Amino acid sequence: MTIVSDKPDVSEEVPQGGNDSAKVPAAVKTRRGALAETGSPTVRPPAAAHLSDEQVAELGRELDAIKDDILAKRGASDAAYIRRMIKIQRGLEISGRAALLVSKNKAAWVTGTTLLSFAKILENMELGHNILHGQWDWMRDPDIHSTTWEWDFVTPARSWQHTHNDLHHRWTNVVGKDNDVGYNLLRMDADQEWKPFNLGNPLYNALLAPVFEWGIAIYDLELNDYKEGNKTKEALTKDLKALGRKALTQFTKDYAATPAVAMLTGSGKQALYGTLAANAVRNVWAHAVIFCGHFPEGTDTFTEEMVEGETRGDWYVRQMIGSANISGSKFMHLMTGNLSHQIEHHLFPDIPSNRYAEVAPKVQEICKRYGLPYTTGPIWKQVGSTWAKVFKLALPPKKA
Amino acid sequence: MIRLRKLARAASLLTTPLAPEDILSLFNPVFSARQLRGVVTRVVPETADSATIFFRPGRGWQAHLAGQWARIGVELDGVRHWRSYSLSAPAGKDPAITVSDMGAVSGTLVRNTKPGDVLFLAPPQGDFVLPEHPRPLLMLTAGSGITPVMSMIRTLVPHRPDSDVVLIHTARTPADAIFREELAELADQFPNFRVVHWFTGERGRLDFTSVAGLEQLCPDWRQRAAYACGPESFLDDAEALWEAETATAEPSKASLTIERFSTKLAGGEGHDGGLVTFEASDREVEADGDTPLLDVGEDAGVLMPSGCRMGICHSCLIPLRAGQVRDLRTDEVHGEPGQLIQTCVSAAAGPVNLDL
Repeated sequence: MTIVSDKPDVSEEVPQGGNDSAKVPAAVKTRRGALAETGSPTVRPPAAAHLSDEQVAELGRELDAIKDDILAKRGASDAAYIRRMIKIQRGLEISGRAALLVSKNKAAWVTGTTLLSFAKILENMELGHNILHGQWDWMRDPDIHSTTWEWDFVTPARSWQHTHNDLHHRWTNVVGKDNDVGYNLLRMDADQEWKPFNLGNPLYNALLAPVFEWGIAIYDLELNDYKEGNKTKEALTKDLKALGRKALTQFTKDYAATPAVAMLTGSGKQALYGTLAANAVRNVWAHAVIFCGHFPEGTDTFTEEMVEGETRGDWYVRQMIGSANISGSKFMHLMTGNLSHQIEHHLFPDIPSNRYAEVAPKVQEICKRYGLPYTTGPIWKQVGSTWAKVFKLALPPKKA
Repeated sequence: MIRLRKLARAASLLTTPLAPEDILSLFNPVFSARQLRGVVTRVVPETADSATIFFRPGRGWQAHLAGQWARIGVELDGVRHWRSYSLSAPAGKDPAITVSDMGAVSGTLVRNTKPGDVLFLAPPQGDFVLPEHPRPLLMLTAGSGITPVMSMIRTLVPHRPDSDVVLIHTARTPADAIFREELAELADQFPNFRVVHWFTGERGRLDFTSVAGLEQLCPDWRQRAAYACGPESFLDDAEALWEAETATAEPSKASLTIERFSTKLAGGEGHDGGLVTFEASDREVEADGDTPLLDVGEDAGVLMPSGCRMGICHSCLIPLRAGQVRDLRTDEVHGEPGQLIQTCVSAAAGPVNLDL
């Protein structure tokens, strides 16, 4: 359980619809954070400007119905799915590490490193990310629960849940509110002011990929909030300590304990290279998949005006046109932790990941009917598109 | 044991963020010490609607006293449900529960449990247990209320020739009376035990409104320590009778120990709202049926964990201690003790106790 009361109370910033008086009297306090069923934002994003208030409300109801349908079907087969995934992941992890213990043998090194890379990818994407979203909380199994799960990733699960589940998923692609737009490091949107620092965009991104877990860990510390006085020193110290403890256990496991045991067979150095390689492979893959979620050509970003007075339907619209999918095989979807269904994930962040595939065609059909973009493409195309943006936005905007 | 713990700590360096037991539980589910489990070893049908389930518990279980109960977790369509069941096995023997089909959870236990199945467990508890010093006893049970008393009888009667036990058990028909044959055999074999079966289908309800009925079945009931277990109304009647007796009679030896199956909060329906108690914070607030518990708590000055306030981020989860909540998104009223609820999208449906 995360007590986030020491964080700035962003909920107060939620607009009160048409009410232009600054403060609503306490006696008639509206439900904070709840989005209105009807109405319209100050400005609707260009891609959805052709929709009437009533159409957006209807779209919201259709998407609600899709979610209700999944919640009604959710049951024993889903529970069996996640437990099977956990078993497979643990099997890969043990066999990978076991092979690395004798990795003086080249074949053992390749096998071990490959298995461990797959184990780490599955662990972070299909298990960690999704369990930490609360997708499996409905099972009431304390071992597979968003409040108890810890992952094989350097950032502590609780810190990540705050910046990701709460801030990123609520303010998806709102420039100035969702720091995932560039992670405070890269210039990923034309609306972000250009500075000479941004010339290094491609270099920073290339350096970030193999150490992506550290990028996320530092990002989760919310150093900018601290600098701007929105985060207390106590809160930062607490987060730093948690990160220190987590990093120490992660390091010990991969770079000390595993090589130490492997030294018994004279494979210490090789085992160290193996765990280093597996972490790097996982980092590069996670970086690629996550960048494909919101940065490919065709995804929109939003201004703060566009979320003022946002209705439930508008919130759905923003999630759809601000996200991009990756098309591919079942295996590819699994390896991305079903984040290849980013659009569906952003609409319904807490439905079980194995259900996104069946939701996708329905969402795509709705987008088509309402004339909204539904961005998707094979992974090489989407990765290429994000890199194109990284290069393009390194340069200052052309003067008109 | 200490060496084992050291070994586990060393192994955890390699398994972090998992514990070694997470890996071991791949091979044997009972290995998890974080979640106590038991493997079903035998299932014995008792009547058409009840069965006794024997299980072998994992580490962390403690031996039960006769008359105690345990919380048993069962998965129904992927969702964990917890219910409390009395242990019917004698003290010192492998634990077993005797379950009567009265709902979805008990029905699944009675009908679908097979040897090899895994049950989730919480260690036995309860103070409905035998007296410390030997005393003549009177057991009053109705329906499935026999289960904890059966454990007491099995523990006491065959092993203590100096014991003196009378059991009055009521059931609808002979076919519905759990343990009927075993009780008859025990009564035959041991002179220190007498059983009276009262079948309500033939003779109507056992009348507790006056002492006359009881006097007839057990003339020396005033000399006995009495134990009663059964439905609410049965226990209320017994309680009233014993209260009247101890109030009027000169120093009386009569005593009554009661086991109630449950004390439920009166469940409010739909949009009623109710009294919300934040147990650890020691605050009570009256809430309506439409305000999220998160707002209720914050307005009462309770330090509430919170996040998105729209039901997507699961930062606001708090364990429910008692009562039910209504999901403001679906209108579904739900809640079981221990369940984690999303306070930002849940409102009180009747009185609610939260573990915060």
